[in-house]
Amino acid sequence: MHIVVCIKQVPDSAQIRVHPVTNTIMRQGVPTIINPYDLFALEEALRLRDKFGGEVTVLTMGPPSAEDSLRKALTFGADRAVLLTDRFFAGSDTLATSFALATAITKIGETWGVPDLVFTGKQTIDGDTAQVGPGIAKRLGLMQITYVAKIAEFDPADRTITLERRAEGGTQVLKSRLPCLVAMLEATNEIRRGTMVDALRAARAEVVKWNAKDAGVTDLNMCGLKGSPTIVKRVFAPSARSEKAKFIEAGDGGNLSEALIAEIFSRQPSLEADLTALARGF
Amino acid sequence: MIDERFDAIVVGAGMAGNAAAYTMASRGLKVLQLERGEYSGSKNVQGAILYADMMEKIIPDFREDAPLERHLIEQRFWMMGENSHTGLHYRSDDFNEEKPNRYTIIRAQFDKWFSSKVREAGALVVCETTVTELVQDAYGKVIGVKTDRGGGQIHADVVVLAEGVTGLLGARAGLRKIPKPTEVALAVKEMHFMPQEVIEQRFNVKGNEGAVIEAAGTISEGMTGMGFLYTNRECVSVGIGCLVSDFQKSGESPYTLLEKFKRHPSIAPLLEGSEVKEYAAHLIPEGGFKSIPQLYGEGWVVVGDAAQLNNAIHREGSNLAMTSGRIAGEAIFQVKSRKDPMTASNLSLYKKMLDDSFVIKDLKKYKDMPQLLHIQSQNFFLTYPQLVNKAMQNFVRVDGTPKKEKEKMTVKSFTSARSWAGLFGDAFKLARAWR
Repeated sequence: MHIVVCIKQVPDSAQIRVHPVTNTIMRQGVPTIINPYDLFALEEALRLRDKFGGEVTVLTMGPPSAEDSLRKALTFGADRAVLLTDRFFAGSDTLATSFALATAITKIGETWGVPDLVFTGKQTIDGDTAQVGPGIAKRLGLMQITYVAKIAEFDPADRTITLERRAEGGTQVLKSRLPCLVAMLEATNEIRRGTMVDALRAARAEVVKWNAKDAGVTDLNMCGLKGSPTIVKRVFAPSARSEKAKFIEAGDGGNLSEALIAEIFSRQPSLEADLTALARGF
Repeated sequence: MIDERFDAIVVGAGMAGNAAAYTMASRGLKVLQLERGEYSGSKNVQGAILYADMMEKIIPDFREDAPLERHLIEQRFWMMGENSHTGLHYRSDDFNEEKPNRYTIIRAQFDKWFSSKVREAGALVVCETTVTELVQDAYGKVIGVKTDRGGGQIHADVVVLAEGVTGLLGARAGLRKIPKPTEVALAVKEMHFMPQEVIEQRFNVKGNEGAVIEAAGTISEGMTGMGFLYTNRECVSVGIGCLVSDFQKSGESPYTLLEKFKRHPSIAPLLEGSEVKEYAAHLIPEGGFKSIPQLYGEGWVVVGDAAQLNNAIHREGSNLAMTSGRIAGEAIFQVKSRKDPMTASNLSLYKKMLDDSFVIKDLKKYKDMPQLLHIQSQNFFLTYPQLVNKAMQNFVRVDGTPKKEKEKMTVKSFTSARSWAGLFGDAFKLARAWR
């Protein structure tokens, strides 16, 4: 079995700063981490590999420094890491990114075996679009299952996977043929520490570095800024709320909960009517 | 257990560990270096000044690509009074040489670079891995390490302990004691960012030139300690440190001391309008020659801060660390190339080579200094600085008092604070400790 996990190196959101004039994220000098959502995808892939055998390839697109993230993924236990790096990829929006990644996954398939599963995180914490995973699936003609909370069953002989997908109002249990793309939700597992053997292997491993040509990209117009129709018109930081917090004190009767409910009702008259009607029904 | 065996395992990736790993790996030994931080430099704290000579002995052309901040052309020693300082400045254009003698550095960046050289030299560097235990055989010989990662022990012919000042690993294995509060100083520092031009104006430097201020006196409130201010390219490192035992006794907190130091009228204008982006704290070994533990044993050597190798008088720590690391690496290489086992008697070569170097010679020279300064801290760090600053004011201020009377007043202020016997005694003791 071959699983490809797409990860992204993102600025550590705990230490991020926003440029006061341009309102864009200041990436310089900010430590980077693996997008936290991607770690749930990676751990899920590693668990499947440990149980059913095979290999996990991690893939990222980014500047040469993104190698740090891949090396970390290797320390967690991934078998192979591929870095897609080329100035032609600079300025990619989600359309161009999913094009580049899908092309690279095809190349990975040709080189090390067609993947049975592609994992991504739900979204990245710097872009927050959740579009790249589905974009890859569409381009590769894969089934896509997003917002996955749990992998319930995996049947390599039958080549099917059963998953729980969080949907509005409940959980869907879905069964899919392989190959497919799975976008993992947060808090579904906890990334492992990686053994000393993994750490030694990661320290020695060569990260595979591909430029656009190596990855099999033939149409550079699909890449980077040229291949990105998205135009950011304006970026702004939300202004502070004008409404101030209100301190509620117990009235003459000294009943704080009554005072609180009276305050809520005064702002939401319909709520009072509804609740009263409901109470009458009993 | 991990089947693979290494010639040497280096615990820690600070100056000493990197120097040892680099020296051994570049001579062809199979080296594994383990570091608990995310990368080499992520946990390492220093002022920081790099002394070029000691670095050259490890990587001769380090200036080509190492991240260096400013080369130092001016050194200021300030004896601090309450609202004043009496200074001795040395500045020379000679320091604007082709290969400058001293640089300010930022350890997080410098160590990252040093670590990349260690990797290039062929050592295997594994970060985010804490060595939890030394593995010893039935005879007590160190044969490997255990880490906080699963997967068991890793074995090596020799373990180089470059674990830093607290030296918990060696202490846990019974190789030495945890340093006493009288043997370590606690230093805190902040990085104050300001535009490059502002630094150049305030410190009278240009281009890559830099200046440092070392300050002692009333700022440590009678404790044995020092403050410092180092110019980096776009920021100024400012910090202060005192013996842990003195902090214990006085109940003063390091950050209040730093706040007061920053507010001192001689320091505040130098920092005005800056933005603090980083702060750090670190222990510094200050015990000197008399606190140096056993440096080698069956299958192990200890280098750097863990071996208390720090010259507190000259503020030299990292160069003693890197030199001890280099020497340990060379000694291990010699033993290995003779195909001899890493026994205590063979590894004593490390101590012999270290004894012959400036490291032990310098520490020996000042062997009585830590104790003297510690016992006399009230005099040396409070009384004398106050007296000197008062005397200077008396000398400089023109107020119609006859000069003869002024001199008398100054002498009297000294003798009433410390008797003639006390003054001569202090001078004698200081001179003897310095000799």
